[in-house]
Amino acid sequence: MEALGLLMQGFGVLLTWKILALMMVGLVLGIFVGVLPGLGGPNGVAILLPLTFTMDPTSAIVMLSCIYWGALFGGAITSILFNIPGEAWSVATTFDGYPMAQQGKAAEALTAAFTSSFIGSFAAVLLITFLAPAISSFALKFGPPEFFAVYLLTFCSFVGLGREDKHKTIISMSLGLLLAGIGLDTVSGQLRMTFGSSDMLRGVNFLVAVIGLFGISEILLTMEERLALRGHAAKISLRTVWQVWTDMPRYWVTLLRSSAIGCWLGITPGGAIAASFMGYNLAKRFSKDKESFGKGRIEGVFAPETAAHASGTAALLPMLALGIPGSGTAAILLGGLMVWGLNPGPLLFVEHKDFVWGLIASMYLGNIVGLILVLSTVPVFAAVLRVPFAAIAPMIVVSCAIGAFAIQNAMFDIWLMLVFGVIGYVFKKIGIPLAPLTLALVLGNRAEDAFRLSMIGAEGNLGVFWSNKLVGTITTLAIVLLFWPILDRLIAGISKARRPARA
Amino acid sequence: MPNSDMEIVVDDPTAPDDNSPAVTSKRTVDLIVSLLLIAFAILMAWDNQRTGASWDSSGPQAGYFPFYLSLILGGAALFGFVKTLMEPASEAKAFVTRAQLGRVMVVLVPTFLFCLALKFLGLYVSSFLLICGFMGFVGKIAWWKSLLTAFIFTAVMFIVFDVYFDVLMPKGPLEALIGR
Repeated sequence: MEALGLLMQGFGVLLTWKILALMMVGLVLGIFVGVLPGLGGPNGVAILLPLTFTMDPTSAIVMLSCIYWGALFGGAITSILFNIPGEAWSVATTFDGYPMAQQGKAAEALTAAFTSSFIGSFAAVLLITFLAPAISSFALKFGPPEFFAVYLLTFCSFVGLGREDKHKTIISMSLGLLLAGIGLDTVSGQLRMTFGSSDMLRGVNFLVAVIGLFGISEILLTMEERLALRGHAAKISLRTVWQVWTDMPRYWVTLLRSSAIGCWLGITPGGAIAASFMGYNLAKRFSKDKESFGKGRIEGVFAPETAAHASGTAALLPMLALGIPGSGTAAILLGGLMVWGLNPGPLLFVEHKDFVWGLIASMYLGNIVGLILVLSTVPVFAAVLRVPFAAIAPMIVVSCAIGAFAIQNAMFDIWLMLVFGVIGYVFKKIGIPLAPLTLALVLGNRAEDAFRLSMIGAEGNLGVFWSNKLVGTITTLAIVLLFWPILDRLIAGISKARRPARA
Repeated sequence: MPNSDMEIVVDDPTAPDDNSPAVTSKRTVDLIVSLLLIAFAILMAWDNQRTGASWDSSGPQAGYFPFYLSLILGGAALFGFVKTLMEPASEAKAFVTRAQLGRVMVVLVPTFLFCLALKFLGLYVSSFLLICGFMGFVGKIAWWKSLLTAFIFTAVMFIVFDVYFDVLMPKGPLEALIGR
């Protein structure tokens, strides 16, 4: 197996004291932001991104992805102990996790959550290890039309499959694409949408926008809420861990099912939330003892956690193989890659082998180290919640400002960050999703270039997007997905109309 | 209740009052945002059309792609505007209550001042002032704790970014005084 050999090489890149230390730092910081109210995966990565600017790309991405794993682990702590889901995909974990904590079984619930997160991630990393190289070598044959078709597929699936109002997703996405276009046009070298301002010349930097949209706006939103909390403290003993682990094989069907759901939904954009609920609901449906769900059943913790983490991890697969992020956090990681001069996509596997396999190896290692770390340090992190928000909020503001400034050394970017913070706050409150905007900002220029290059190649004939089987299938699929809600209703309507006829 | 000796309780003395009156409704904000987006779309469409949104010998001009995007944006925002307008106003939920707005301003205003101060005082001094001011005035945390936390945080930032990693940050008179 070629993949295994390369993976071993990847481990070789990682096993230095410096990287292992960075990994630990990343995990600890990640758990920290995961536990803090209102912060979570994308926010944590966005705020802590500037810390990595001065590192070499491998160290930086290892640390960033560890922050991500840590944040995922940390989210489970607050869900179970305090009934506060840090992220939307932790909501399903609270259904059975919090009742367990109330019954004094917090340690068991936490162990179950951490272990199943680990299993979910592990399944997804296995998938990445064996599938990503294949996909990327396939994608090497892609020309501009194929790439544009894949971008189109990503955008359309957001609109068609997202839960938000369709027009709001479209607003978010087209706004992101427009903002991405500001500044110097890379194809013609012309300036556009700058209105003569020299600050606008550089365009809207993706990371500045993200720091504002996720970092600053999240503080504003958190401040609105009542920050008082009451929960259970927990300490995990080796005996509890042993008990849960020996008990776990009984639930192998649930674990396997949730992993599969997670991997599948993770590859399609924005799937982690759906995955966790689906994992939970299916476990409930197939259970012999449906009544006990929601009352502190350990299976009810296994199912959503496995699915959520499998999908959170699988979201990195399209990012690595095609340069298309499967989630908001993956989009931010992708933005990070570009800061270090790496161009995510199929060429990454050819040109930066060491880097890619180092990253994949770090997913294995990070998850194992993370599991041990959270199991042993839960009491410390639960106590983090005692730190008053009034101390944390200004520190987050400062980290955001450092990050926004450091990217291009521009004062203008700090103001831009503040504006995006307010935009993010308002958008979140009126239900305009931010993930499509993030995705559009990071992919905008590449989608436009792909479109224009294919147009130039085909002399303006839109038929180029159906010129061969591959590109035609992807484009058609994209359009089907875009109109999926309408098609879905039509199909349902037809079958409804038929049924009484048959009866 | 078992485990009652291991409870974690955190109070929030300045929490927003639940009965606080709404400042504005979600509906109003939705309408305003839609109008702003439409205006933005028109501005962008006009600018891109000026840049050139058609085809020339080399293919689509620089403004072509963004021009059509602004049309999509404008269309979607217009749709949202009409849709919101059709909904009965009586069902509108509160966008933000007065107490909540107060708390949001408590963060937003200092953050604004902090950004303003960056240019004159530099990052590190502004950060120190923001953190200890916020902890002391907003969080009502003992002054010695606030000062100490702010000092340690700023010092660590300074050592990490300025001394160790050489990241360029806005600097002010204090940094000039100590010759950095």
